[in-house]
Amino acid sequence: MGTILFLILFPMVTAFVLLVIAKNDASRDIVVKLAAAVIAVAAIVVAVQFAAGDGQKFSFDGEIVNYIMMGIEALLCIYIVIIGIKHKKWLASLFAIIQTPLVMWFELTKGHHIEVEHPLYIDKLSVIMILIIGIIGTLIAVYAIGYMKDFQHHAKDDRRPWFFFVMFLFLGAMVGLVTSNNMIWMYFFWEITSLSSFWLIGYTKTAEATNNAFRALIMNLLGGLGFAIGIVILGTVFNTVELDTMLMYGSLYGDLVAIPAVFFAFAGITKAAQMPFNSWLLGAMVAPTPTSALLHSSTMVKAGVFMIIKLAPVLGMSNFAGIMVMMVGGITFLFASCAAISQVNAKRVLAYSTIANLGLIVACGGVGSPGAVWAGIMLIIFHAITKSLLFLCVGTAEHHIGSRMIEDMDGLFDRMPRLAKCMLIGIAGMFLAPFGMLVSKWACMVSFVDSRNVLLVGCIVFGSAVTAFYWLKWMGKLTAVVAGAESVEHDVHKEETFVHISLVILVIIACLGFPFVSQTMLVPYLELTFGGLAGGLLSHGNMIIMVIMLAVIIIMTAMFYGKSNKPIVDIYLAGANTGDNRHYYGSMQKEVEFSLRNWHMEDHFNEHRMNVIGDVLNIAMMVIGIGIMVATLVSLLGGVA
Amino acid sequence: MVKIIIGVIAYLVLAPFVGGLLAGLERKLSAKMQRRVGPPVLQPFYDVAKLFEKEKMTPTKYQDYYIMGFVLFVVASGAIFFGGGDMLLVIFALTIGTACLILASYSSNSPYAEIGAERELLAMMAYEPMVLITVIGFYMYCGSFNVGDILAGGHKMAILPMIGIFIGWMFILTLKFRKSPFDLSMSHHAHQELVRGMTTEFVGRTMGFVEISHWYENVFLLGFVFLFFANGTPLGWVIGVVVAIIAYFFEVFIDNCFARMKWQFAFKSSWIVAVVVGMINIFVLYICF
Repeated sequence: MGTILFLILFPMVTAFVLLVIAKNDASRDIVVKLAAAVIAVAAIVVAVQFAAGDGQKFSFDGEIVNYIMMGIEALLCIYIVIIGIKHKKWLASLFAIIQTPLVMWFELTKGHHIEVEHPLYIDKLSVIMILIIGIIGTLIAVYAIGYMKDFQHHAKDDRRPWFFFVMFLFLGAMVGLVTSNNMIWMYFFWEITSLSSFWLIGYTKTAEATNNAFRALIMNLLGGLGFAIGIVILGTVFNTVELDTMLMYGSLYGDLVAIPAVFFAFAGITKAAQMPFNSWLLGAMVAPTPTSALLHSSTMVKAGVFMIIKLAPVLGMSNFAGIMVMMVGGITFLFASCAAISQVNAKRVLAYSTIANLGLIVACGGVGSPGAVWAGIMLIIFHAITKSLLFLCVGTAEHHIGSRMIEDMDGLFDRMPRLAKCMLIGIAGMFLAPFGMLVSKWACMVSFVDSRNVLLVGCIVFGSAVTAFYWLKWMGKLTAVVAGAESVEHDVHKEETFVHISLVILVIIACLGFPFVSQTMLVPYLELTFGGLAGGLLSHGNMIIMVIMLAVIIIMTAMFYGKSNKPIVDIYLAGANTGDNRHYYGSMQKEVEFSLRNWHMEDHFNEHRMNVIGDVLNIAMMVIGIGIMVATLVSLLGGVA
Repeated sequence: MVKIIIGVIAYLVLAPFVGGLLAGLERKLSAKMQRRVGPPVLQPFYDVAKLFEKEKMTPTKYQDYYIMGFVLFVVASGAIFFGGGDMLLVIFALTIGTACLILASYSSNSPYAEIGAERELLAMMAYEPMVLITVIGFYMYCGSFNVGDILAGGHKMAILPMIGIFIGWMFILTLKFRKSPFDLSMSHHAHQELVRGMTTEFVGRTMGFVEISHWYENVFLLGFVFLFFANGTPLGWVIGVVVAIIAYFFEVFIDNCFARMKWQFAFKSSWIVAVVVGMINIFVLYICF
C-alpha cells in the first residue's frame, strides 16, 4: 500500500514544490525531470510488486481522510460557485451547488453508518492504468519543459509554475482514481481531475480559452452530478459505497445494480467525451499541446473509460444500462470518425480520432463480455501511447513550421525528417494491421458480432472504413517527397526529441509485446472479474502472425527504407516539368508552381451535420436508458412502500 | 498442417499464372465485344516480361520500399487465405498492402499519381464496409472466421442464406478489380484515363511487380466468391470454381458496358449497397441462425 499512497501523494507534493519553490527555469527543469523519473520508477515498482497474484485490497480506517476530503470538496465547491458567478457561467455554479452538498449530506447521514472495509485496492487493471499514468503522463511533463519555453515567447506573464502544478496534481489524482474502492474517494479524485482540466484548458486566459474551459467544467460537473446520484442510490438501496461490493452484487442482481451503474456510466460518458459531450474535448484544443496530449492519452478521458470498463461486468445486452452504453459508444465511434475526414487542423483530426476510439472502448465496456473488455483494455494501452506520440509530434511541428494544418505539412518528410518519421509510426500505429490498435479493433469487431447487436456491428464496420481514409490521406501528405525542401529541424528542444524517441520505442515494444501483456495481465484480470474467459479472445496463432508481420516490417524498414540505388528521374508533369519537380511550363512558357491538396469531402462528412446526428441519437439513447432505469427504481421503491 | 502448406505453396506458384491467364482472356473477351481480334492470350506475360527488361529508374528513393510492402502483404494475405487462415487477418493484411501502394503513389509528389492515390483511398473507404460485412456473414453462418473451417464443410452452401452479401460482394468486386464504372484510381482503358492514375510514376520492374501483385490479388478475391459455394463436397468445389470464373468474366462484361462514373456515385452506391443488402442480410442471419 505504501507505494500506492506514495504515487498519489508524491506528485501532489511535487506540484506544490513547482508552484511555490522551483519557480525559475533551471530549478523547474531539474525538479520536473527528477520527479518524472521517480514517478515512472515507482509505477514500475508497483507493477512488479503486484505482477503475481490477483491484486490486493487494503483495509484501514479512512475516517480522518474522509473529513479532509470533505473539507477540500467544500472549498472547491465554493470556488466553483464564485468563479461561475464571476464569469456568468451560472450552470457551473448550479451543478456545483447541487452535487457537493448532496454528497456531503449523504456522507453525514446515511453514509456515516456504512462501513467501508477496503477504501483502496489494486488489481491488474489498476496496474496497467498506473503504468500509463506514471510513464506516459510523466513523459508528457518532460516534453512540456521544452515546449513551454517556446510557448512562453508569445505570452505576456509567466504562469508556468501554475501549469506544472496542475499537471502533477492531475497525475496524483489519476492514480488515486484508479485505486479507490470507496466510491466517495473516487468521486473526490474524479472532481479533482475535472477541475485540473478546467485549469489547464483555461491556462492562456484568453476569452476563447476561458469559455472552452467552462464548457469542459460544466459538462464534467454534469457527469459529476450523475456520479453523486449514483453514490446516493448505491448507498441507499444496497447499503454500500464500495466498488467491489457493488460489482459482486451485480453478479447476483444484475438488473438492480444496473440502476446505480447507469449513473456511474453516465459520468464516464461525459468524461470520455462521448457525443453529445464531445465538444469539451474539442474546445480543449486551445490549450498548449502538452495539455491536449495529457488529456487525451493518460489522464482525464482515460478516467471515463476506466470507469466504464470497471462497470462492464454489470452491463451487457441483458439490461438497458448496457445497451445504452454500447450504443452511445458505437454511435460516437461512427460519427466522430466521419467528422474527422472533414478536418483540416491536425489537432482536431487527433481529437476526433480520440473521441472515436474512446467510443470504441465505451462500446466494449457496454458489451461487457470478456472478449470485449480485453479489446477495450488493449485499446486503452495502445491509444495512450500512440496518441501522446502524435500530439507531441504535432506540437513540435507547429512550433517549427508555424502551422498545425495538415495541408501545411507538405514536404515535412524533408523539412523535419525525424519528426515526420515519428509521426508516420504514430499514425501507422493508430490503424494499420500489425500495429496494436488494429489488434484491439479486431477483437472489438469479433466481440461486437458475438454480442448480437446488429447496429453496433454496423457502427464498427463503417467506422473502420472511414478511419482508414482520414489517416491514410494524412500519411500520404507526410510521405510525399517534395523536391528542394530544406530541413528546419536543428533547433528542436532536446527534451522534445527525447520524448518522441521514447514514445516510438514504447509503441514498438507494446506492439511486439502485447501477447505477453495479454497473458500476464489481461487474462488473469478477466478470469478474476468474469470467473472464466469462455473464449472470445484472439487465438494465439493469430497474435503470433501479427507479431511476425510487425517484425517483417521492422526488418524491411531497417534494410530498405530510402535505400534504393536506382537513378532518380523527374516526375511526370505532362512533359512540361521545368526540371525542379515543383514547377511546370504554363502558357507562354511561364513557370507555374503546383501544389497538391487532399480531400475533405465537406459535402458528405460535414462536421456540424455529423455532430448533430450523433448528438441526437445519443441523447435519445441516454434518455431511454436512464429513463428506464429510473422507472425501475421508482417502481421498486413503490413496491417496497 | 500438410494441407496448409500445400495450399500456400500452390497459391504462391499457381496464382500468378492463373491471374495472368485471366487477364489475357479478359483482353480477348473485351476485344471480341468490340469486334477486334485482340492480343494473344499470353500477352500479359509478355508485357510483364518486357517491363522487367526496362531501364531502372525511380522518382524518389522511397518508392521501392512501399512497393515492396505492397507486393509482400498482398501475397501474404493471399497465402493466409489459401492456407486456411483467419479471414479478418486476410483483410487486414490486404489493407496494409493497399495502403503501401497508395503511399508509393503519394511519395512521388506527382499530381497525376496523387489524384490516383486519393481516388484509390476513396475506393477503399467505399468497399471496406462490404468486405467486412462479407467476412462477418461467413462467421455468422459457418461459425468460424477460418477459411479452413469453411472449406471443411459441415454446413450447407452459404450462397442462399447469404445471397444479399453475395450480391454486395459482386458489387464491390468492380471496385476491387478497378473495372468500369468504378475504375477511379487507374484504368486499363486508354479512353478514360488521366495519364495512368496512381501508377503514373511506376516504371520498369516496379510496374512489373505491381502487375504481378494484382494477379495474386485477383485470384484470392475470386477465392471469396468460391467460398460462397464451398460446403466440403466435390460438387461444392466444382460449382465454386465455375461461378468464380463466371464472376470474373461478368466483371469484364460490366467493364465493357459502362464508362467511368463520378466518384460520388461510386462512394454512395457502395455504401447504400452495403447497408441495404449487406446489413439486412446480417440481420436476417442473426434472426435465423
